[in-house]
Amino acid sequence: MGAEVVIEGLTKSFGRQTIWRDVSLTLPPGEVSAMLGPSGTGKSVFLKSMIGLLKPDRGRCVVNGVDIVTCSEAKLYEVRKLFGVLFQDGALFGSMNLYDNVAFPLREHTKKSESEIKRIVLEKLDLTGLAGAETKLPGEISGGMRKRAGLARALVLDPQIILCDEPDSGLDPVRTAYLSQLLIDLNAQIDATILIVTHNINLARTVPDNLGMLFRKELVMFGPREVLLTSDAPVVEQFLNGRRLGPIGMSEEKDATQMALEQAHIEAGHSDGTVGEDLRGVVPQIAPTPGLPEREAVRRRKDRVMQILRTLPPVAQQGILDSLTDEDRRRYGITSGQAPLSARPALPRRGERPSPAPRPGYGGDMSATQEIAAVPDAPGRRA
Amino acid sequence: MTTGLAKGDFPGAGALRETGRLFALALDVLVNIFRKPFQVREFIQQCWFIASVTILPTALVAIPFGAIIALQLGTLIVQLGAQSFTGAASVLAIIQQAAPLVTALLVAGAGGSAICADIGSRTIREEIDAMEVLGVSPVQRLIVPRVLASMLVAVLLNGLVSVVGVMGGYFFNVVLQGGTPGAYLASFSALAQLPDLWISELKALIFGFIAGVVAAYRGLNPKGGPKGVGDAVNQAVVITFLLLFFVNFVLTAVYLQVVPAKGS
Repeated sequence: MGAEVVIEGLTKSFGRQTIWRDVSLTLPPGEVSAMLGPSGTGKSVFLKSMIGLLKPDRGRCVVNGVDIVTCSEAKLYEVRKLFGVLFQDGALFGSMNLYDNVAFPLREHTKKSESEIKRIVLEKLDLTGLAGAETKLPGEISGGMRKRAGLARALVLDPQIILCDEPDSGLDPVRTAYLSQLLIDLNAQIDATILIVTHNINLARTVPDNLGMLFRKELVMFGPREVLLTSDAPVVEQFLNGRRLGPIGMSEEKDATQMALEQAHIEAGHSDGTVGEDLRGVVPQIAPTPGLPEREAVRRRKDRVMQILRTLPPVAQQGILDSLTDEDRRRYGITSGQAPLSARPALPRRGERPSPAPRPGYGGDMSATQEIAAVPDAPGRRA
Repeated sequence: MTTGLAKGDFPGAGALRETGRLFALALDVLVNIFRKPFQVREFIQQCWFIASVTILPTALVAIPFGAIIALQLGTLIVQLGAQSFTGAASVLAIIQQAAPLVTALLVAGAGGSAICADIGSRTIREEIDAMEVLGVSPVQRLIVPRVLASMLVAVLLNGLVSVVGVMGGYFFNVVLQGGTPGAYLASFSALAQLPDLWISELKALIFGFIAGVVAAYRGLNPKGGPKGVGDAVNQAVVITFLLLFFVNFVLTAVYLQVVPAKGS
């Protein structure tokens, strides 16, 4: 199972400009989370602070019991081996071809033979649809391919935590859909904790288990996907629907006059930038490709969410209850789609609970885990 | 952890901070030199690269440099009536001062600028970040081989400049100024001594280190985008030159105090 990431009171500023302050959230182990936010709200900065590339002014970011903000450099490099990071532009090494790029982490951190490396690299390149492009240099391929190659490189060490900085930017809708499916499939296979930073609404609605949003230097909310998807907060509503009307402006914030003016325009019949349907509401999540194992995270998350169900807004509660199957209802003792009367703690199925305790015995040796990410390539099983 | 107070805003704080970070990188490089695994391949490639861009210009600069020293000293020494020491004086001047400086200027100008541009473009393409995230220290992986390469090349080039410079001096003294070949060669050992050669190589080694570290430092911290890389290269060369002359002054002063001149 992937590692848990606990972030407490993280604050970052460049000079006098505060980027965001007091961001606290927990990425539940093994679950897929997404961070939304308008451009320029510091989503990438947030990601970079999480892996210690930027030093936050205050706060803690604890991965496997190690606080990334204050730990020593040697420790930091050790912790980073748990991460697979996909940068916005792929961040491939320009002097190496795709094969060497993807092989780089293996050659640095493992003692695998060259033939074994070749097998793993080709498998990851195949997974990201780059088979046959091994000898190309990063300068010779399109942005979308660079992005996918970056993902292949991030996956090669079978990370416990995968961070994706806008995996969809520069990709067409079809490739984005494939990428979304790939992330879910990965999560099903290696049970890694995944954080996606994005402003693609479709991806945000269908992929993650948990959703958060950064706006006006603050974390507006972070929680189960149903909470944000059903939220009434103006900023969330505006963002999900991609509307001009609302607190988000072309520049970071909007003043009252501008809002009034826009409101007047809308009332006069001018379009607000949408086609009129409300995109909020809980839509079904993407499931792993048939033939792959079920996502363990789904069950863990259900247990977790049912425990905190009472604390969630009523609309979100309803959304969660509506998404339960009959089997779930029996398990959690719910009848007819109503919230349980007693705040009954959910019972985990196999005594397995998300544990914040550090995972012992990780020393960079991936030999025991490399089989997990194997993708079934028999086409018959997918039918 | 920095708070509002710790961010000093007194005049010159920025310069002090930059200096501190430059020294921090220099220390990092020194520590990482001894950390395994050593990047042999990168080191050899960088040595080859720096040598290939510096050998020819260095040799071409060394000949006229030896010549001007010979000519200048030649006339001066004739006026003083010490013709027999022409060889000694030019050997001292070339080996102790000219050779390490010429070497360092070219290593910084040709090699350092290329290192800085290379590292700088990698930084803005987030390659350095990516490398750190992959758990590989860019200092160990990229910077150490480059700094060591510029040190090694500086030391070797220093030998080349010394030989070429002395030969140039000999040529101009003997052929153009009518000096006696025998006296020129014989006076070599009259004033010059072995420590002069050591300090020369030591200077070259230190200058090579400075050139490499400054280039890497500016390359790792470009300000904003591709234009920042251009500015960084420019600054790297200028900063290196300033540091070179200052460090050269310090080393010379210390050397002259520590090692007594021959015959005194």
